[in-house]
Amino acid sequence: MVTKKLKKRLYRILAGGILFAGAVLIEQAWGSIYPNLGLIVFLAAFLVSGGDVIKKAAMNITRGHVFDENFLMTIATVGAFLVGEYPEGCAVMLFYQVGEWFQAYAVHKSRRSIRELMDIRPDYANVLRGTEPEAVSPEEVKPGELIVVKPGERIPLDGTVEKGTTMLDTMALTGESLPREAGEGDTVISGCVNQSGVIEVRVTKGFGESTVSKILELVENASSRKSESENFISKFARYYTPVVVVLALLLAVVPPVLSGGDWNIWIYRALSFLVVSCPCALVISIPLSFFGGLGGASKAGVLIKGSNYLEALSRAEILVMDKTGTLTKGNFAVSRIVPAVEEKGAEEKLLELTACAESGSNHPISRSLLQAYGKEIDRSRISDLEDLAGFGVIAIIDGKKIVAGNLRHMEQNGISCVQAQEVGTVVYTACDGKYLGYIVIADEIRADAKEAVQKLKMCGITETVMLTGDRKETAEAVAKEIGIERVYAELLPGDKVDKMEELLQKKSAGGKLVFVGDGMNDAPVLARSDIGIAMGGLGSDAAIEAADIVIMTDEPSKIARAIEISRRTLTIVKQNTVFAIGVKVLILILAACGVASMWAAVFGDVGVAVIAILNAMRALKA
Amino acid sequence: MIKTYILEDLDCAHCAGLIEGEVAKLDGVTKSTVTLLTQKLVVDIADAQAGSLTKAVKKIVKKYEPDVTVVEK
Repeated sequence: MVTKKLKKRLYRILAGGILFAGAVLIEQAWGSIYPNLGLIVFLAAFLVSGGDVIKKAAMNITRGHVFDENFLMTIATVGAFLVGEYPEGCAVMLFYQVGEWFQAYAVHKSRRSIRELMDIRPDYANVLRGTEPEAVSPEEVKPGELIVVKPGERIPLDGTVEKGTTMLDTMALTGESLPREAGEGDTVISGCVNQSGVIEVRVTKGFGESTVSKILELVENASSRKSESENFISKFARYYTPVVVVLALLLAVVPPVLSGGDWNIWIYRALSFLVVSCPCALVISIPLSFFGGLGGASKAGVLIKGSNYLEALSRAEILVMDKTGTLTKGNFAVSRIVPAVEEKGAEEKLLELTACAESGSNHPISRSLLQAYGKEIDRSRISDLEDLAGFGVIAIIDGKKIVAGNLRHMEQNGISCVQAQEVGTVVYTACDGKYLGYIVIADEIRADAKEAVQKLKMCGITETVMLTGDRKETAEAVAKEIGIERVYAELLPGDKVDKMEELLQKKSAGGKLVFVGDGMNDAPVLARSDIGIAMGGLGSDAAIEAADIVIMTDEPSKIARAIEISRRTLTIVKQNTVFAIGVKVLILILAACGVASMWAAVFGDVGVAVIAILNAMRALKA
Repeated sequence: MIKTYILEDLDCAHCAGLIEGEVAKLDGVTKSTVTLLTQKLVVDIADAQAGSLTKAVKKIVKKYEPDVTVVEK
């Protein structure tokens, strides 16, 4: 679909083209008999195709600004008529219009495809206010109300499922093709598409606060944080046109005055200068590339808050990652149970007693023990329970004294045991002074963590660093497994910022330091880094708030994906900058020497713009 | 405060830059950005001067791009 305005312009170009062809024929056939007939038809073609340009130019002059492209194009083409080059004057205007049309079309087209990419806005919500659901605008639904989402519909607001189970398509938000299951009590996020069953959802957030609004707002505002490349182009454009116009003026006047050459030749060359004096190719294609890159990234489930971050990411050099929640799942689970004496049922007994002893605490370690035990704890068996924070517990279970905790806790209670060489947290247990064995609780490493680090190294990251508050042994084991070179362990939150300062000193002048965390407790570190990336952003407002880049899923491999997209976008930007400036300068030189005609100049203007725009549109295809 | 305007039918990149530059020079404006692709003008302006902003923006836009309609958002 093309807009009405574009259609109208197209018809005018076609009419101008037909008149132009007619004029060329008339010149050929009857040029010698009626010398002025051709000129009249050329003028008609010129006015039909370029009338609006001339009108705009005239209007702009009355408003007091002259150096706009309409004015320059008018001068160039009218000038061509005056020096007797009717066909060229006419054709240049015609081609200029064709090029402008293509530009407008390409911009229109990419606007549309980006809008489609961002098409996650729900149109309505089926709210249950009486017995029948009624369709209202999502803005009208208040938190606490109940909505019905049928298969094929988009979830309009964040909430929790009250009735029904279904599969949800989160593709538009996360780039993840695998659907997610959602049942009663599960949180659902606006923007997902309901695939299979009817669900009733209790709304928890109003539309303005819902995920879908937050994401749309973020993406829409991203392009107003401009990159250095964009700022460079704006500055370049500001000087380029006046400089070329002044050069054109000098070219028209100086050589004929000095050498007494033909005025017409030099004026013609100067007019060619005016044709290439618009920096449109750059001014349109560079922001378009960034816009495309931002759109492509969000399609892959990576939200980038600004073109500046997209640009900076391509120069990522040092990558600092948080361990827990980023490289590991952050959910502790029992990984090994090692009884002191190998016998039947020893493992079960060890787990049972340890779980019972730890059942009073709400520490993640205790929770994972209870989860591994899997059965209800019979509280009546526990007669006394003492929780010694930082060490462990002492409990009386079935009349026996159970001591469970870390190595120091055992030593303090006079129990001799061997230190286990394990990755993770080790809980030792003893019963009535007799050592029973130990249980290892470790954080699971994310499935794609190793692959992610490998890919990142291929993306030009020279140093990978892991920061963690966890024990040194655990941290080093995790780092070794996934291929991270440098580890700083046992850090307090404040230490992390200090380490960051240290690392910032190490990077090269143009290089960028990227920090990746879960966005929950690392706001100061996120803020201190050049680029802060938060993972698992889907449904986490804190993460979306704090970071420069948000990865919607929990996959660290998406970091590499984001860097790839950023590099690809920057390559396109570089190609366009070099190509457009190169061609323009070349044509200026050739035109000054009289080698390039006004035709070449038209190519240098609109041809280059169209090619640059087409190239920029590649950035969209992430 | 931040004010956003939609510049409907804005097609000319060069004019977008000029509009951005001139809005930035208005009294009380600390930042102005025009994005050609979203056809948006975002202005950061001191509260005291915000009242007269719409009128001033319309005037500037009319000067450079008479075909563009300014819609306050």
